[in-house]
Amino acid sequence: MRERVAVLAVAVLLIAAPFVLEALDEAFLLSVLTRMLAYALAAAALDLVLGYGGMVSFGHGAFLGTGAYVAGVLLHHRAEATPVIASPFRIGGTAEGLVAWPAAAAASGLLALAIGAVSLRTRGVHFIMITLAFAQMVFFLVLALPQYGGTDGLMVPDRNVLAGFPLRGDAPLYWVALVLVALFLAVARTAMAARFGLALRGARMNERRALALGLPVYRLRLAAFTLSGAVTGLAGAILANQASFVSPDLLSWQRSGELLVMVILGGKGTLFGPVLGAIFLLAAEEELAALTEHWMLILGPALLLLVLFSRGGLWRLVTGRCGDA
Amino acid sequence: MTALLLVEQTLNGLQFGVMLFMIAAGLTLIFGIMDVINLAHGSLYMAGAFVGATVTARTGSFGLGVLAGAAAGALLALVMELAVIRRLYARDHLDQVLATYALILTFNEGVKVLWGPAPIFLAAPPPLAGTVEVLPGVPYPAYRLVVIVVGLAAALFLGWLIGRTRLGMRIRAGTTNRETVEALGVDIGVLFALVFAIGGALAGLAGVMAGPVLAVQVGMGEQILILAFVVIVVGGLGSVRGAFAGALLVGLADTWARAFLPVLMRGLLPPAAADQVAANLGSVAVYLLMAVVLAVRPQGLFPRHA
Repeated sequence: MRERVAVLAVAVLLIAAPFVLEALDEAFLLSVLTRMLAYALAAAALDLVLGYGGMVSFGHGAFLGTGAYVAGVLLHHRAEATPVIASPFRIGGTAEGLVAWPAAAAASGLLALAIGAVSLRTRGVHFIMITLAFAQMVFFLVLALPQYGGTDGLMVPDRNVLAGFPLRGDAPLYWVALVLVALFLAVARTAMAARFGLALRGARMNERRALALGLPVYRLRLAAFTLSGAVTGLAGAILANQASFVSPDLLSWQRSGELLVMVILGGKGTLFGPVLGAIFLLAAEEELAALTEHWMLILGPALLLLVLFSRGGLWRLVTGRCGDA
Repeated sequence: MTALLLVEQTLNGLQFGVMLFMIAAGLTLIFGIMDVINLAHGSLYMAGAFVGATVTARTGSFGLGVLAGAAAGALLALVMELAVIRRLYARDHLDQVLATYALILTFNEGVKVLWGPAPIFLAAPPPLAGTVEVLPGVPYPAYRLVVIVVGLAAALFLGWLIGRTRLGMRIRAGTTNRETVEALGVDIGVLFALVFAIGGALAGLAGVMAGPVLAVQVGMGEQILILAFVVIVVGGLGSVRGAFAGALLVGLADTWARAFLPVLMRGLLPPAAADQVAANLGSVAVYLLMAVVLAVRPQGLFPRHA
C-alpha cells in the first residue's frame, strides 16, 4: 500500500516538475533533473542484475559510456557530414533518435553480452574484479580513438531529433527521459514477476537448486546482464544529449562505483529505490560541491557510515519494505 | 637496435611485474584468509608513496623515506582493519566493495587536502641515478634494477614467511579452512590484523619504490589496483605463488605491448597519432590476456583448492 502511494507520489512530483520549475522561473534546473533521470535509468538497469540476479557488476560505467559515445559519434558525423564507416559499406552519422538510441542500446548490449559471456563463468569476488577490469579495458579502447577526442572527450554539436521532431530546449529531453524510466520500470517489474524473473531470483537464492530444476542459469544471467547493459547504454545516450559532451570519464571505474552506490542507497532489488538513490546521490553531490571544494571528504565517510549501519536503503525508509531478498 | 630494446623492455616489464606483485600479494592474502575484497588497498600504496616522498624531502635520505613509506602503509592498514574492515567480515562482498569504495573517496580527498592536487616529485637517490651496463652495450637505469631486486627480495621473504614459519603455517591454514583454525585456538583477530599489516607494508613499500619511476599523485592507487586485480584473477585468488606468476606475466605483457605496438603501428598511422593510439591499445593487452586465461582456466593459473 505504502509502496503504491510512494510510487504515485514520485510520479506526480516528476510529472509536475517542469511546470513548477517554469512557474518558479528556475527552468534551468530541468536539465539537472534530466541528468538525474538518465542516471536513474542506469541505476535501475543495474539493479536488475545486482538486486534480482545477485551479480555485483563493477563495470556498468562501460555500458553507460558506450551508449553515450554511440549517440555522440553519430551526431558528430552527421554534423561533419562524414561517414562513421566508409567501407565495406557506408554508414553515415544520424541525428534521428529512433535510429541512434536503439543503436546505442544495441552496442552496449552487445558489449554486455561479450563481457558477460566471459565474466559469468565466475562467481563472487572474481566477478566483481573481472567486470571492473573489462570496463577499464573499454575505457582504454575509447582513449585510443584520437578522432573522437581521446582523453579530452568529444563535443556533441547538436541534439537528437525524435521522429523528425527536434529536442531543443530542456523540456522535450526531460519528457523523453521520464517516459523511458517509466517504461523500463514497468517492463522490468513485470519481467521480474514473470517466469524469467522468478528463475533469475531463484538462481540467486539457491543456484544448485535452480540447476537441479533444470533452469539454464548461465543463459538466464547472461540475458539479464545483456538487457541491463543495453538499457544502461540507452541512459548514456540521454546523457550525451543532456550534456552535449561525451568524455571517457563516463566509462571510468568511478562512474561504475557511483552507479553501485545509487542502487544501494536506494535499496537493491526494488527497481524504484535506485531511481530515488540516483536522484538523492546527485542532489547531495551538487549541494556538497556548492558547500566546499573538498566535498568528497564529507561524502566518503557518510557513505561508509551508511554501508556499515543502515540496511535496505531509502526505499525501505519510504515504504517500510525491503528489497527482493 | 631491436635486441637492445627487447632487453630494456623486458627489464622494465620485470620491474613493473615485481611492483604489481607487492600490491597483489597483500590483496590476495587478505582475500584468501578473510574473504574480503579491499578496494582501498591502492590507498595504502598511495599513502606509502606520499609519506615516503615527504620524509625523503625532509631528511634527504631515500632509505629513511622507504622505511617511512612501508611503515605508513602498515600503520594505515592496521587502522583500516581495526576501524572498518573488521565490521565487514560477516557482510557480503557488495557491502565490502561499497565501504572500501567510500574509503578510496575519503583517502584521495584527504591526500588532496594535505599535499595539494599537483603530483609531487621523488627522485632516485644520487648513487642510483645513473645507468649500469647490464649487457655489453646495453645501459639500464640502476634504480630500476634496485626495484627489481627489492621486489624479488620481498617475494622471497614472503615465500619464507608463508612456507617456513609458524605464522605462515597459520596463514596457509586460514586460507584453507578458517573455522578449523579458529577452533584450534588461534586468535583469528590478531592473525587478521597481522596479515593486513604485512599487506599494507608491502603496498607502502611498492608505493615509495614506484615514486621515482611513476608520478606520485592522487589516483595512482586505483590505476595499479585494477591491474593488481587482473594479476590476482590470472594467478588465482588467494595464492601468493599465483600472484607472483600473474604479476610477472601482466607486467611483461603490459610493458611489451606498450613498447612494441607503437613500432608496429607507425607504418599505419602518422607518428604522433600512432604513439597515442598504440599506448592506449597497449593498455588493453593485459585485459585480453585476462580474458584468455579466464576462458581456459576460470579459476586462474594456480587455483587455491587444486
